[in-house]
Amino acid sequence: MTTRTIVVVSAGLSVPSSTRVLADQLADATRRRLLEGSPDTTVEIRHVGLRELAHALVDNLLTGFPAPALKQALDEVAQADGVIAVTPIFTASYNALFKAFFDVLDRETLVGMPVLIAATGGTERHSLALEHAIRPLFGYLRAHVVPTAVYAASSDFGGRGGDSAGLAERIERAADEFATLITSLDRPGGADTDGDLIPFERLLAG
Amino acid sequence: MQFGIFTVGDVTPDPTVGLAPSEFDRIQAMVTLARKAEEVGLDVFATGEHHNPPFVPSSPTTLLGFIAAQTSRLLLSTSTTLITTNDPVKIAEDYAMLQHLAGGRVDLMLGRGNTGPVYPWFGQDIRNGIALTVENYALLRRLWREDVVDWEGKFRTPLQGFTSTPRPLDGVPPFVWHGSIRSREIAELAAYYGDGFFANHIFWPKEHTERMVGLYRQRFEHYGHGRADQAIVGLGGQVFMRKNSQDAIAEYRPYFDNAPVYGHGPSLEDFMAQTPLTVGSPQQVIDRTLSFREYVGDYQRQMFLVDHAGLPLKTALEQLDLLGEEVVPVLRKEFAALRPAGVPEAPTHQSLKAARDAELGKELVSR
Repeated sequence: MTTRTIVVVSAGLSVPSSTRVLADQLADATRRRLLEGSPDTTVEIRHVGLRELAHALVDNLLTGFPAPALKQALDEVAQADGVIAVTPIFTASYNALFKAFFDVLDRETLVGMPVLIAATGGTERHSLALEHAIRPLFGYLRAHVVPTAVYAASSDFGGRGGDSAGLAERIERAADEFATLITSLDRPGGADTDGDLIPFERLLAG
Repeated sequence: MQFGIFTVGDVTPDPTVGLAPSEFDRIQAMVTLARKAEEVGLDVFATGEHHNPPFVPSSPTTLLGFIAAQTSRLLLSTSTTLITTNDPVKIAEDYAMLQHLAGGRVDLMLGRGNTGPVYPWFGQDIRNGIALTVENYALLRRLWREDVVDWEGKFRTPLQGFTSTPRPLDGVPPFVWHGSIRSREIAELAAYYGDGFFANHIFWPKEHTERMVGLYRQRFEHYGHGRADQAIVGLGGQVFMRKNSQDAIAEYRPYFDNAPVYGHGPSLEDFMAQTPLTVGSPQQVIDRTLSFREYVGDYQRQMFLVDHAGLPLKTALEQLDLLGEEVVPVLRKEFAALRPAGVPEAPTHQSLKAARDAELGKELVSR
C-alpha cells in the first residue's frame, strides 16, 4: 500500500480562477497516471490556495516567521511526494504571491522534489515566461522540474480559434512525466527542515 | 532568578507625535532607565551593540561603565556583544576593565549580529559568522584564563607572548551567555563550554525557543556540565502594561503598528497570540511569564524589552514602576516555589569566585 501526496500550489487571484482550474486538471491527470496499473496506490491531493494566505505571506516577509495557517501550508509542501505549482503570468513573470510563497519556504525544502510547473495568461504570447522565469526559480531551489511545462491562455479553455485539444494533450504529457518522476524517485516524505546537529568538535575544526 | 531589562538603543520617532529624540536624549534615557531598574529592584540592565543608525549604543562598555558609577547593586550585561566583528582581544580587555570598575557586577551575552554591512565595515564576511564566533570565542576564553597567550587562527593576526590587561577581577572571567534566535550551532557552543544560553524570545513563536533551549539543555548534559535541567537559560520578553488591559492595548497599538521590526505586518492581537509579546494588565504579564517555564523548564534570567519603537522615556519608566511594584515580586515568589531543588541560580561574580576558591581548596588538600 503506497500513498502519494501531491500538493498543488496555485497563485490565482480571482474567484473562480482559471489558474485553479488548470491546477485541478493537472492534479486529476496526475492522479489517474499514478493509479494506472498500481491498484494498491492511494493518491492524496492537497490544495494550497495562495490567495487565502496573502496577508500571512506579507506578514511572514516582515516578521520572519509564518502564521499558523501558512506554517501548515509550508509543512504540507515539505511532506509532499510532488508539487504542482501554478501561477498566472503577471508582467512577464510569476505573480507576487507565487514568489512570496517560495521566498518564505525554507530553501532546502524542494531539493530533489518532483515539481510540475504551469501558468495561465490572457494570451499565448506569454507562454515562455514558464521557461524564462518559473523554471529557473525551481532550478535554483534544486527541484526536479518535469520537462513539459503547461501554459494555458484564455483561448485554450475553448472558443473559436482556441486549442483546447492541444491543452488537454499537454496536460496529459506533463502528468505522465510527473507521475513517472514521482514513482521513480520514490523520495521519503517528511524532510527535516531543521537540519542535523553539528557536534562542536566539527565546528572547532573550522 | 534574575529579572532585568534590555535595550536595543534605537532612535525611533514616537509615532503618536512624529518626533524622534536626539542621540543625546536617547543615550541619557538609557542611563535613566538603568538607574530606575536598580531603584525598582530589578537585577540586570543590558544594552545592545550596533554600528549603524538609527541605533546609538556602539560602545557598550562606555555606557555600562558610566552606569556602574551611578549604581551599586545592578548587574551590567549586553544584548548582544558582537563576537564576530569585534576583536576578541579588545572584548577581553574592555570587559575585564569594566569588571574592575563595577566590582564584578558584569556579565555579557555574545551574539553574531545580523546586519550584513557591519561585517565588511569591520573587515569581515557575514558568511563566516559561525566560524568567526567559534574561533574568536575560543581566543577570548584563553585571554581571560591564561596569563600569557601564544595564538594563531584564521581571522586575526597571530599573538606571541600576549597578556590581556587588566586580568579578570579576582582571576574570575565574566560569565558568558550566548544569544541566538535559531542557530543550532550557537546552542551547541554554549552547551560545549557550559556557558549560559539566552533565547531572544521576542520576535518569533515560542516553538523556536522551545526547540533551541531543549537542544542546549540536552547537549549541556552530554558535555558533562550537569543535568539538562541545571543548564543556565535566559529568556527575552516584551511587555506593555496598564492597570486595565484595554488601556494598555489602546496606548501600545500605534507603537506596535509602526515598530521598525514588525510594524505594518500582523495585527497586535495576532502577534500576541503567535509570539510571547504581552500587552495588558500586570496580572496578565505575570500569568504569561509564568507560562514560559512550561516549555523551557525552570530558568535563571528573564529580561524585558520596554523602551523601543519610539515609546517616550516617561512611559518606559512607568513600565519599570509596574514591573518593580506589581510584577517581579510576584514572579520571584512563584518561580521560587515552582523551582525544583538542584536547579541553580544564574552565576554571579561572587558565586563563580566561591566555586573557583572551593576548587583551589580541594587541589591544595589533595597535594
